[in-house]
Amino acid sequence: MVNNPLTKNIDMSRPAKDIAGYEAADGYQSIHAIAKGHAPEDVLQLVKDSGLKGRGGAGFPTGLKWSFVPQGENTPAQKYLVVNADEMEPGTFKDRLLMEGDPHLLLEGMVIAAYAIRASKAYIFLRGEYTVSERALNIAIKEAYERGFLGKNILGTGFDLDIILHTSAGRYICGEETALLNALEGKRANPRAKPPFPQVSGLWGKPTIVNNVETICNLPGILTYGIEWYQSLSKGADHGTKLFGVSGKVKSPGCWELPLGTPIRDLIEGHAEGMQNGLELRAFLPGGGSTDFMSPEHLDLKLDYDEIAKAGSRLATGTMIILDDKTCPVGMIGNLMRFFSHESCGFCTPCRDGLPWVDEIFQGFENGLGNEKDLQILHEHVDYLGPGRTFCALAPGATAPLGSGLKLFKEDFEQHIIKKRCPYKL
Amino acid sequence: MSKNVIASSAVRARKLSADEIAEIEHEMKLYPDKRAVGLEALKIVQKYQGWVSDESLLAIAKYLNIPIADLEGVATFFNLVYRHPVGKNVILFCNSVSCWIMGCDGLREHIKKQVGIDFGETSEDEEFTMIPVPCLGDCDRAPVMMVGSDLHRNLTSEKIDQIISGYRNK
Repeated sequence: MVNNPLTKNIDMSRPAKDIAGYEAADGYQSIHAIAKGHAPEDVLQLVKDSGLKGRGGAGFPTGLKWSFVPQGENTPAQKYLVVNADEMEPGTFKDRLLMEGDPHLLLEGMVIAAYAIRASKAYIFLRGEYTVSERALNIAIKEAYERGFLGKNILGTGFDLDIILHTSAGRYICGEETALLNALEGKRANPRAKPPFPQVSGLWGKPTIVNNVETICNLPGILTYGIEWYQSLSKGADHGTKLFGVSGKVKSPGCWELPLGTPIRDLIEGHAEGMQNGLELRAFLPGGGSTDFMSPEHLDLKLDYDEIAKAGSRLATGTMIILDDKTCPVGMIGNLMRFFSHESCGFCTPCRDGLPWVDEIFQGFENGLGNEKDLQILHEHVDYLGPGRTFCALAPGATAPLGSGLKLFKEDFEQHIIKKRCPYKL
Repeated sequence: MSKNVIASSAVRARKLSADEIAEIEHEMKLYPDKRAVGLEALKIVQKYQGWVSDESLLAIAKYLNIPIADLEGVATFFNLVYRHPVGKNVILFCNSVSCWIMGCDGLREHIKKQVGIDFGETSEDEEFTMIPVPCLGDCDRAPVMMVGSDLHRNLTSEKIDQIISGYRNK
């Protein structure tokens, strides 16, 4: 049986499989199965039962999210599916691989999701810089229309689906699902107030599901090979496989599809082949720039949503950023703070004014001007910018590496103050 | 009210080309309202003109019949919409965390020395503009940057020299 459903067709040394090649490898089987008589409710139940959790960062159960879409006579006829392909989380490089390597997998997953929520229109919100993904998806969409997997009355089911590829024009905040919807409507990408949630009132006020690329790519496997198979894939409490990445000064950085529940050590020391010669592992961010630092003592934990949460961090995107012992942790956090400060949408005050303040303090540390008072202000901002204080999750995301870093690298911050310079610079 | 504003300012609007209009019309079929086409139209015009001038912005607002201020708000929000003229090749330089760990600051200095530009600047010969960009999602091959629509990976100073001269000789 297949044990790498997300990447089984991916060989980056060659162009992506065309639709014939994709179909020959069990591709679009799930759509044939649906055409034989699965109702949308059946598909929804199947995905619920599979235990699939969103792969975009929050880890919310996918089937449960879909079930919030109001169905029936007195609900809006137009519903939307939106795929969040605005991959911009620092250190995250997984959705690119899926879209460049196997675009039909995403399209097949989109047909499944749209069918389950009864959406006749779906948008792929792709970041503008992903030009190779754009080309691959455009070709695949055209092929899927020609073969009758998209368009009117798909395989005689009476179900219609149009997929529209929207290329965006930058800004990290567009990855936040309500900001993404505003961007898609042609507005400034400020997040919206919740509730109402997009599932009830989303794109142009209609019920809308926003799912991450990798989440959608899990669906064809679940429908084609079944729940029992899907749940047998993982080594932990969560189900399925996931793309995991490692970047930073390891011998062999990369992105691999592994069972959920794989020990962190296998990823860093096995697949990424450990640290470059002469370097030690100091700490790592487990799932992109908005996660809390973890340290070598956590290496034997499993890559599993709950297990990482218990250690005080988040699995999030599953792409790790490695900090070695010769790289300044204060500089690394400063880089992240500059990023978040730059990418604030400017809508709410704590984020718009707080993050630049934090950024400025880090510049001071870099230039030997940091003092104890600054350190206290940074600590205060972990609270001021934390969950519940801001309009969306951007600033709270920034407090994850900030708060955990202040604790873990206390001595490094103090050395910057005492030596009046960055101790990592000769 | 907004209609009047467009009419009076539209005196300065440039005339959109047939190609620009054809592409904007195509986009209009994909979205239920004209406002949603605003960003697409800005990108289309930028593709042909290199950037979005005031005159272009007015022309789009007039064509789509959307308030100028709304469109300007969108144009200035998105970092890949250029409201200033840019060089022939735009360098999107990744300075996010993985590239920073892998030494992108040194490469930025190298470009400053060799091409004479830092973030937000255009070279004297108008060949290159350099802009910082959030994580380009290719962190296992950091440091990376894009020039135009091409991605360049595993960068070193020597590699950057080759890339730059490659575009110069194009």
